[in-house]
Amino acid sequence: MSETPLDGLVAVVKRDCPTCELTAPVLGDLARRARLQVYTQDDPSFPETVSARIDDTALDISHRLKIEVVPTLIRLDHGREIDRTYGWDRKEWERVAGIAGLGPNLPDARPGCGAKNIEPGVIERLRIRFNETGLKSRRIEIGADEDDQEAMHERGWSDGLPLVPPTEERVLRMLDGTLRDPQEVIGLVPPILAPATVEKIAINAVMAGCKPEYLPTVLAAVEAVLDEKFAMHGVLATTMFVGPVVIVNGAVRRRIGMNAKGNALGQGNRANGAIGRALQLVIRNIGGGRPQEVDRATLGNPGKWTYCFAEDEEGSCWEPLSVEKGLQPGQSAVTVFAGFGLQGVVDQKSREPESLCRSFAESLKVLFNVKSAPSADALIVMSPEHERTFRNAGWSKARVYEELYKLCKIPGEDLVMGAKGIAEGTASPRAGTMVDKFRPGGLMIVRAGGGAGMFSGIIGGWSSSGPRGSTPVTKEVRN
Amino acid sequence: MTVLLDPTSEHAPTIRPRLPRPDKLDGLTIGILDIAKARGDVFLKRLGERLGERGIAYRHYAKPTNTRPAPLPLQQQIATEVNLVIEGLSD
Repeated sequence: MSETPLDGLVAVVKRDCPTCELTAPVLGDLARRARLQVYTQDDPSFPETVSARIDDTALDISHRLKIEVVPTLIRLDHGREIDRTYGWDRKEWERVAGIAGLGPNLPDARPGCGAKNIEPGVIERLRIRFNETGLKSRRIEIGADEDDQEAMHERGWSDGLPLVPPTEERVLRMLDGTLRDPQEVIGLVPPILAPATVEKIAINAVMAGCKPEYLPTVLAAVEAVLDEKFAMHGVLATTMFVGPVVIVNGAVRRRIGMNAKGNALGQGNRANGAIGRALQLVIRNIGGGRPQEVDRATLGNPGKWTYCFAEDEEGSCWEPLSVEKGLQPGQSAVTVFAGFGLQGVVDQKSREPESLCRSFAESLKVLFNVKSAPSADALIVMSPEHERTFRNAGWSKARVYEELYKLCKIPGEDLVMGAKGIAEGTASPRAGTMVDKFRPGGLMIVRAGGGAGMFSGIIGGWSSSGPRGSTPVTKEVRN
Repeated sequence: MTVLLDPTSEHAPTIRPRLPRPDKLDGLTIGILDIAKARGDVFLKRLGERLGERGIAYRHYAKPTNTRPAPLPLQQQIATEVNLVIEGLSD
């Protein structure tokens, strides 16, 4: 490692910079007339005009001098920087050097180039080498002969699929995706109620395959499930099917390229897939919530790998889900819902909203069991072709809700044990009453999906929906 | 060599051994905890009656909801008032 200079002038340059090439004669001139040390970032033979060049291809000196642009000219006095300029600007160079008449044949000024030590990938390595990362997590060394995937699986970090190894470089880049302090605690993750710091969440986001720009959405999703109202401990521990379903609204959807259209609930979009997976890895790794341990799910559901999608706000005639939940239009937000697999609603004949509502209602009424009422909450993912029917008829979302609550009532006598030849049911006599399938506020509608197909989806909720158990939670996505 | 950052909480939860089972129930007070699962109260009420018939002291407790861990004050109350606990886990 090179010694940091103490006195005189210091120049930092690289050959791959036309402005540095331009200033090479000036540097030669300065080397003759003053005490000058030239550090070269890429090619130790550059500049040929100076004989006493110093190789800084390791970029240590550049990093310690916090060089951002080359060429940079610095004046030091007893090791202390007293002046600096960058790029080529004759007056500036003459001022810093204290020497007049520099580069008479050169143009007056030229902008410099980006320094090598701040290139992505390089800056992280330098911060690690100089122990400047501030990362608090334990370092785990994987031997050269070990397979890092196997090492991660053996430690129990994986949901069963390969992981992106969370190296310090990757975690640092991930943390660039947020302005939050890496040590800020977002909440306590059940079951062990361990603090979820931004850093720990970033590590899991790396493993899940997130890009840094996804991190604010992951943080908002974690914040949402850790809200007391969501009851994450119970959602994890229940024998039922549920896991967190993440719905993303607002500007962030398009900024990070989420899919709200064809196959919105399926595979193929990195942001949809990685954000939902990161949330599950946070529960697993920070909270210690693992299947067949505190996660007592009988079957679970495939969405417990990842279950995240965006609402198609632009195509919808209705207010987005986040606006229903009190946020401003366009404001980035996530809503989490304790839900399970998808039940399709196929209706290719209804052209009137009344008929389509009845279709939805009959499909909704069988959730869990045709004899279960009041039942769990439900999230309706309305396809564009179904939404069009309501749009053409001028129905607001509020009117659709109103109609569905009205239609989702079941005669009490159909719900008692033994009715319809089914032992399942309620013990209490309910003859003559109509029982609501859903609690007030228990239905949610979002629009998503491809342009073709009169197929919508119902995502059923947890049997413990509502204040006694889990209610959907919406949080703003903050940078 | 690759250096990875630990994605876990780095906490090692304390594993405490269960108390030994008592040889007999005479002289002990039993807590009966209803975790608020359907019909758990019916089963546990009957259990209390049977314990009473055998002259065994018992106290009933109830969680407000089965969806969340028992509130800490309830856990502490049970720990100070009884010698062992029976709880109905599911419906």
